Amino acid sequence: MNKHVMPKLTRRGFVIGTAAAGAGLAIGLDIPFGGPTVVRAADGSPEVNVWVVIRPDDTTVIRIARSEMGQGSLTGLAQLVAEELECDWSKVVTEYPTPGQSVARKRAWGDFSTGGSRGIRSSQDYVRKGGATARVMLVQAAANEWKVPASECTAANSIITHTPSGKTTTYGKVVEAAAKLEPPAEVKLKDPKDWKIIGKGVKRLDTVDKTTGAMIYGSDVKLPGMLNAAIKDCPVFGGKLKSYDEAKVMGMKGVKKVVRVNDSTVAVVADTWWHAKTALDALPIVWDEGENAKVSSESIAKWLAEGLDNAQPAYIGNQNGDAKAAIAGAVKKVEAVYNYPYQNHATMEPMNATALYTPDKCEVWCGTQNGEAAFAATMEASGLPAEKCEVHKLILGGGFGRRGMTDYVRQAVLIAKEMPGTPVKLLWSREEDMAQGKFHPVTQCKLTGAFDADNNLTALHVRISGQSILYTVRPAALVNGMDTAAFQGLAPSGDAAIGYSVPNLLVEHSMRNPHVPPGFWRGVNVNQNAIYMECFMDELAQSVGQDPVEFRRKLMSKHPKHLAVLNAVAEKIGWGKPAPQGVYRGIAQVMGYGSYVAGAAEISVTEGSKIKVHRIVASTDPGYVVNPAQVERQIAGSFVYGLSALFYGGCTVKDGKMEQTNFDTYNSMRIAEMPKVECVMVPSGGFWGGVGEPTIGVAAPAVLNAYFAATGKRIRSVPLKDQNITFA
Amino acid sequence: MANLTINGKSISVDVEDDTPLLWAIRENVGLTGTKYGCGIAQCGACTVHVDGVAMRSCGVTVSEAVGKQITTIEGLASNGALHKVQQAWVANDVPQCGYCQSGMIMAVAALLKEKPKPTDQDINEAVTNICRCGTFQQVREAIHAAASA
Repeated sequence: MNKHVMPKLTRRGFVIGTAAAGAGLAIGLDIPFGGPTVVRAADGSPEVNVWVVIRPDDTTVIRIARSEMGQGSLTGLAQLVAEELECDWSKVVTEYPTPGQSVARKRAWGDFSTGGSRGIRSSQDYVRKGGATARVMLVQAAANEWKVPASECTAANSIITHTPSGKTTTYGKVVEAAAKLEPPAEVKLKDPKDWKIIGKGVKRLDTVDKTTGAMIYGSDVKLPGMLNAAIKDCPVFGGKLKSYDEAKVMGMKGVKKVVRVNDSTVAVVADTWWHAKTALDALPIVWDEGENAKVSSESIAKWLAEGLDNAQPAYIGNQNGDAKAAIAGAVKKVEAVYNYPYQNHATMEPMNATALYTPDKCEVWCGTQNGEAAFAATMEASGLPAEKCEVHKLILGGGFGRRGMTDYVRQAVLIAKEMPGTPVKLLWSREEDMAQGKFHPVTQCKLTGAFDADNNLTALHVRISGQSILYTVRPAALVNGMDTAAFQGLAPSGDAAIGYSVPNLLVEHSMRNPHVPPGFWRGVNVNQNAIYMECFMDELAQSVGQDPVEFRRKLMSKHPKHLAVLNAVAEKIGWGKPAPQGVYRGIAQVMGYGSYVAGAAEISVTEGSKIKVHRIVASTDPGYVVNPAQVERQIAGSFVYGLSALFYGGCTVKDGKMEQTNFDTYNSMRIAEMPKVECVMVPSGGFWGGVGEPTIGVAAPAVLNAYFAATGKRIRSVPLKDQNITFA
Repeated sequence: MANLTINGKSISVDVEDDTPLLWAIRENVGLTGTKYGCGIAQCGACTVHVDGVAMRSCGVTVSEAVGKQITTIEGLASNGALHKVQQAWVANDVPQCGYCQSGMIMAVAALLKEKPKPTDQDINEAVTNICRCGTFQQVREAIHAAASA
């Protein structure tokens, strides 16, 4: 079961096989099986509906529209469908519908995009209904066969039972009849208290092939006659490709073609990728770097610092009372300036896509976080209409937001277009991946707090200056020019709401967009906003001699869910009780992606600058926990990503381009540096929050606050390596 | 042309002598379980065994590998049974995206051969692979599980 196989090129071009062998999806007019209203998978098994295919042996194929990149949604979404379907979990396999098939069926599978920790929370309702609808049809089919009322039948573990007579049948036996029935207009979903599979830490469905080398990622695709491409885009963003001397490399071994991909990019196509890369490295290229070549991290920092000045224009993201006036008249005032750098996603698998173009068809094989966006990019780059395009999704070797972008898909198609009929696999080198990221945006933040004579916080002014992601990536999402996502964790309400009530509050953003292309990077603006807010909360507490947890609690009485996770980690870490000798604690909380999260760290510091993170306790209230084992893994994984960024990350600009080129200059945590992670899940129900991202926000501030507790030194700048602070 | 011994089989590959073993394995031999991550022996995604020792195949040339026993992730299972490290990985549900896991498993298999009951410190020193998903907590648990299997 759950066998992932290599996608196959077929003459029909319809079949893919991310699920069991021969179980690719099929659509269209050339289906040789069955009645006119029944849609069938490639092996002839009928669809009960778009989410559920059942084979005669009761194998249940659950379709997953969202992408799997390690976060476990493939398994979690299957659990949601299986719960309502009442199928035998051991008989579940999964497969991806393709974007082309979805488009051809009026977007039957809805949104494919897999980002913003939305994979489960924004499709849970309709995939559960898909499972419930299929169950009702299967039961009805059995009832019809037995000529009994469906209300006398029950379903469990893929078996339907007629309770009065004790007769039984299986899903596989009635699926043919069920597939011909009209789906019910409405179905009732289970009460969460009756869930049997949702909430269980079942094993992932895709593990075995990841341990044997059999799992096929985009970079592993092999097609008959395939060539390989290596690519270089102008390292100065916005610069152009002036010229290159292809004669210098055309005689090199294996080289087939040098392609001007677009006005800033050149690629070498060869028999193997190693030959393509070797030739590309030898290719003399002249860039027209343009004005941006004058930009540096220093010039960006200076420009952002100017935005911290209240006289500069800014968008207001959250406001109550009059913070500026309250601060001006305050008895006591505390102010601090923080900053957070660019970060590269650095997925383990560099960007890649394989494309096969002919004037009649363009197909792409790739890992993507957004199948429909990759499909649109394929259409645009190929110039072919939707019915002549297809994207075959493969598992991603990491996503973290980077593979929501489609630049690499577009490039692969443009290259393949130069070689009609020949499949070409484009793979970026790590160096290209580091140079051509879509970077976590750079910001600075000035925070000012004011107290009355009784040490009550009367005002808080949070002034962010820096880059907007939406301005570049999704300008239509700006609200009168404002990037509301810039206020993640600090918003007045919604799925990223602030957890504190302050009588006078002002949160604003002076938008400054350097030339470096930004992107959504796991946790997005929660990363820096949580550092800014949560470290400053500690500063405020310390300035009035109060315990950081007690200080927060006083401001959180109107935010019970925020407070509940804070209390949960405080209790679990032993806040208020003595820590082991030489161990210091820090705490943080934030809300993001619809979930309430908190974290508390225990660290020790040697020689003033060597940090050992012993333990981090995390708590999350995502409403419902679909798979606690996967939630635990996402929390621990988010801490590795967030702490890698805190300690080792940071991408810097010199002469308009990024300075970091590989993992030697952009390091990532190893197992030796991994703290013990303990999770306290407190799902309170009634809403669906995300899991993959929110907790990333609390690791860094919890560690920084613990560092202050240990050393008395405030760190307000990331990464720590720039301040000679390292892991012990 | 070079003769390599990979997973017990002799295979001749038509590549230049200085071709990294990684690319000969992936492109010429066609075993894609060994992954490219950095090309500079930093990340460990391309870890294979060369005469039983875990090495980063992006940093070994084909000519250096001639005459040596090379084992890739595809050759770790024997007689149809997964290696105990692979079994522990499955039992502990270790991989997330999975891309780094071939290299991680090869590094661990070599460690356990050297030190059948590794301490946490042994693990810290021997397993230096990068995992951006952050599976380290499960990796450590699975190593101890494999060691006691």
